[in-house]
Amino acid sequence: MTDQDQASRPIVVVGGGMSGLTAALEAAEAGQEVVLVEKNPYLGGRVAQLNQYFPKLCPPYCGLEINFRRIRANELITIYTLAEVTSVQGAAGDYQVTIKQSPRYVNDKCTACGKCSEAVEATIPNPFNYGMDQIKAAYLPHDLAFPQQYVIDPSIAAGQEGKKAAEACPYGAVDLDDQGQELTVQAAAVVWAAGWTPYDASKLETYDFDQHPNLVSNVQMERLAAFNGPTGGKILRPSDGQAPSKVAFIQCAGSRDENHLAFCSTVCCLASLKQCTYVREQLPEATATVYFIDIRAMDRYEDFYSKVKQDEGVKFVKSKIARIEAGENGNLILEGENTATGEKFKAEHDLVVLATGMQPNTDLAKVPGGEVVYDDYGFMQAASGVIGAGCVKSASNVATCVQEGTAAALKAIQAARR
Amino acid sequence: MDKNIASYLCKGCGLGEALDFESLAEVIDEAGLGETKEHEALCSPEGLELIKADIAGGVNTVCIGACSSRVKTDEFNFGREVLVERISLREQVLYCTEVPPAEGDDVEEGQLDAEALENRQMLAEDYFRMAGAKVAASELPEPFQLEEEMATDIMVVGGGIAGMTAAKEAAAAGSRVILVEKEAQLGGFLGKMAKLSPQKPPYAELEDTGVAELVAELEADDQVTIYTGVTVDKTEGAPGNFDVTLSGGQSFRAGAIIQATGWIPYDPENLKEDLAWGTSDKIITNVMMEEKAKSGDLAGLDAVAFIQCAGSRDENHLPYCSAFCCLASIKQAIYVKEQNPEAAVFVVYKDVRTTGQTEDVYRAAQRAGVVFIRRDEDYPSITEEGGKLVVETTDMLINDTVRLEELDLVVLATGMVPNNPRVVDPPLIPFEVPEEEGKKMIAEAKAQCEDWSVLNLQYRQGPNLPTIKYKMPDSHFVCFPYETRRTGIYSAGCVRRPMRVGQVVEDATGAALKAIQAIYATSKGRAVHPRSGDETFPEFQMTRCTQCKRCTEECPFGAINEDADANPLPNPTRCRRCGVCMGACPERIISFKNYSVGQIGDMIKGMDIPDEDEEKPRVAVLVCENDALPAIDMAARQGAKWSPFVRFIPVRCLGSVNLVWIADALSAGVDGVILFGCRRGEDYQCHFVRGSELANVRMSKIAETLQRLALEEERVLVEEISINDLEKIPTVINDFVETIVDDIGMNPFKGF
Repeated sequence: MTDQDQASRPIVVVGGGMSGLTAALEAAEAGQEVVLVEKNPYLGGRVAQLNQYFPKLCPPYCGLEINFRRIRANELITIYTLAEVTSVQGAAGDYQVTIKQSPRYVNDKCTACGKCSEAVEATIPNPFNYGMDQIKAAYLPHDLAFPQQYVIDPSIAAGQEGKKAAEACPYGAVDLDDQGQELTVQAAAVVWAAGWTPYDASKLETYDFDQHPNLVSNVQMERLAAFNGPTGGKILRPSDGQAPSKVAFIQCAGSRDENHLAFCSTVCCLASLKQCTYVREQLPEATATVYFIDIRAMDRYEDFYSKVKQDEGVKFVKSKIARIEAGENGNLILEGENTATGEKFKAEHDLVVLATGMQPNTDLAKVPGGEVVYDDYGFMQAASGVIGAGCVKSASNVATCVQEGTAAALKAIQAARR
Repeated sequence: MDKNIASYLCKGCGLGEALDFESLAEVIDEAGLGETKEHEALCSPEGLELIKADIAGGVNTVCIGACSSRVKTDEFNFGREVLVERISLREQVLYCTEVPPAEGDDVEEGQLDAEALENRQMLAEDYFRMAGAKVAASELPEPFQLEEEMATDIMVVGGGIAGMTAAKEAAAAGSRVILVEKEAQLGGFLGKMAKLSPQKPPYAELEDTGVAELVAELEADDQVTIYTGVTVDKTEGAPGNFDVTLSGGQSFRAGAIIQATGWIPYDPENLKEDLAWGTSDKIITNVMMEEKAKSGDLAGLDAVAFIQCAGSRDENHLPYCSAFCCLASIKQAIYVKEQNPEAAVFVVYKDVRTTGQTEDVYRAAQRAGVVFIRRDEDYPSITEEGGKLVVETTDMLINDTVRLEELDLVVLATGMVPNNPRVVDPPLIPFEVPEEEGKKMIAEAKAQCEDWSVLNLQYRQGPNLPTIKYKMPDSHFVCFPYETRRTGIYSAGCVRRPMRVGQVVEDATGAALKAIQAIYATSKGRAVHPRSGDETFPEFQMTRCTQCKRCTEECPFGAINEDADANPLPNPTRCRRCGVCMGACPERIISFKNYSVGQIGDMIKGMDIPDEDEEKPRVAVLVCENDALPAIDMAARQGAKWSPFVRFIPVRCLGSVNLVWIADALSAGVDGVILFGCRRGEDYQCHFVRGSELANVRMSKIAETLQRLALEEERVLVEEISINDLEKIPTVINDFVETIVDDIGMNPFKGF
């Protein structure tokens, strides 16, 4: 074994979600210096926004806290939040990676005391809750935010509100002149773990997503059920704040559909099964109906499907929903054909969740340089020089992202030791 | 170490206004924590400079009264040689206590309730008294180093795609690898396969398996030593010095191990009743079909049916989904179609599970004319008529039964069984269960264990990687899938859960990293997951050991062996530093440099106990630092308020809680003790697997202690607090304090 301590160049990991966080930690704990680049003001990615994981129905904060603890205990990781990689030049073993960090307007002197937030009146749609509520424009992104440091939204940085924040801060932590920074890192390898974006439900024309307040996406449903979500964890209809009694889940909303995402997004079946348990746990009188093509509960996750199936309050209907129309009182009418009976049906529900799929972020924005091979869907291929990990390679659940992140750490270390 | 202690108080975040720093400084002095300095914001560059200047002047132990130990960790890290103790004045004193305005006739404007202020001040002062006890019993860690030279080679057991990949990837990172395969040649199941389902875009072409190239590459690799036709007879030792003996007589040392023993096809003999196994040689399994394809024996097939979930997703057989069979059958359907495009090929399924981009392969098969028939839960019937087979199955699409006739072959898509012996943990027997019954429960668990082994570990807790479900050797399969319960030993590939080939390659590459990492951490004397980087380890004061075996039995990671006289033989490099052994030991002989039974006991006894008539109860809360502590921090930040009578003491794991602490607390006049731990049971969240459960079982014995002291059982409470249970924290605390004040009264031992 070579002496890892002397690995001369760091590796750059792009993305601080489950895959990237894992890649960074696993490499650093093997003695490799790491630069971790995250575009949000905090680490944790999409999993931080989940209420629970399937199948154990446990809080993602639990595993994240361990990972943050590992970061605190490790001196080999340098983190840039609010940062993106704008250029990757060179080849494996010798990359020049340009990192552009946007201004946070809050520096390391921040104690997270919250005075800036108290002073500011302006609000913004809360990005952590997918815009379902408002948050002060000087804010801590979420309860377990790491780093625990406030953010000033750019919309107020130049105006009076920004000044209020600066004046309220006893520690000189608000820096309204923050211009961000650009820096270049010489890196032995680049791990690209930029994650995914929920497929834009407004593209599903026959569903009229934007017209129906009680039609929400699965990621929004997570926030509706989360203790720190817009409703404090109560599942309520956005239209009237009432608890729903007849909830529907529409699977493959855009996935397995050559007009949208032709591939299967892998996690949506289990995510909906999990959300059925949210509904049934919280609203025992309410029913949940899952409209599906195939239920894809792979390997041991099948146990979870078996468990949910036993609940008489959860119904499964094999059908692709063709159309959604407005009913009375904010309710929604789903039109479809039951493929088991051949009958065309209309079903009324008072809250409908679209199991929208995972669009790889490499489909929305390619890696800026490096040798990268993609498939038609924008997923990175193993043949790439830049090392892909997690949902940029295939739609994956958390465990698979951890495996991928760990594997990517090794590939990066190989390049560093070459 | 000779401690030169200094203390620092932060006035930031409202602390300066909330607390009387002068009287705090007196308490700090009395607690032996040296002189106190104050700063407006200790974490600011100027504040840190104050501390650093003192360190330059000889201070080597700093006690910081500011915010939670979970924040500003970089700022308050002064290097390896400085012991740092953090007192969470902000989260655990200021944020969580309520001080209302004073009431009454003579109240001045802005005057606060004096009693609430006093309670808050007493809370802060107690934390320093406790810190004094903690610091007095803390030393800097001295990382464990093996006496003999460390082995850095990695042993990989299993020469299929998982093992070969792990070996290749570890070697490519510079490690030396010993690859052990029980068959005469490498390759495993992949070596028996004709083709691989499409891995590359456009995910339509079957691919070569690449096994021959991989085997050749490994054989040519100087970093890799290959032993075939042998198994592992014995694995002794621990990470950094595993001594391995093979059945061929070879022996070597390894630093870490990867178990990549793959899978065994589900035995079709079990499908005699359900799927007519054995009634016709035209009914074959998917593995047999693959062999047929590989030997070019697929000519002349005009009609073939594949029956999916042949024993998978069935509680009478394998309850789980075997994950690979859908794609395998689709591939095999394509084999048939490639031979004979006119062939009638049917796939009878429950759900087609082609996740990710493999959906394209499913579409390709549909385009090629493969017919997919969705069945219900009942198995199709298979009969032989006139030398051909007939399958009769439900077809959910037409809601009717269909007959598939004139079939040349029916392929049963049988699933995967991990090639690993089943290990059932001996149950933890609660105190109230009679001894005989307990023995019976343990014997029952033992009877379920399989009596063969892959690694033949010479561990007191048995020769195998513990399994929790379905023989899969893992412990936290969502967040930390590589973690087995044997340090430095990682599982890879289908032995851990059913996976497809592409996933196996990724998984094995990751396992190689984990092995390299374990060796690296061991070389530095550091813990691996989840207390990564911890340089302390349990030390045993053997002269006082009574050979009770609790530590060796209860360690969740099998770290402690036993000699013939039942003396514990600790293996520090196997240890995860959870402290479960420390919690188990009735003689209190196990301690870490900065965590020990005496230390926590002293912290509890260090609390100031007001007289009974002051009606200020005291409650010690032992808090799991992994989940409950961050929950407390978050709840406090959100503005939750709770009784100022509780004092939190973070513990590494609830499993490290020693019963003596409860006795210590109650006999010192503490009115009650709460234990905050994580969820236990089937879906446990404990990062040390059984810590929370162990604590709960141990607490079943506390009734006895309480009776001896003539105290009420309600004085001790074990509560599950997950990291999201912010709302629960004030409720549980306040209800508990209320019960003491209103119902059971103060502890009569006060003042003794």
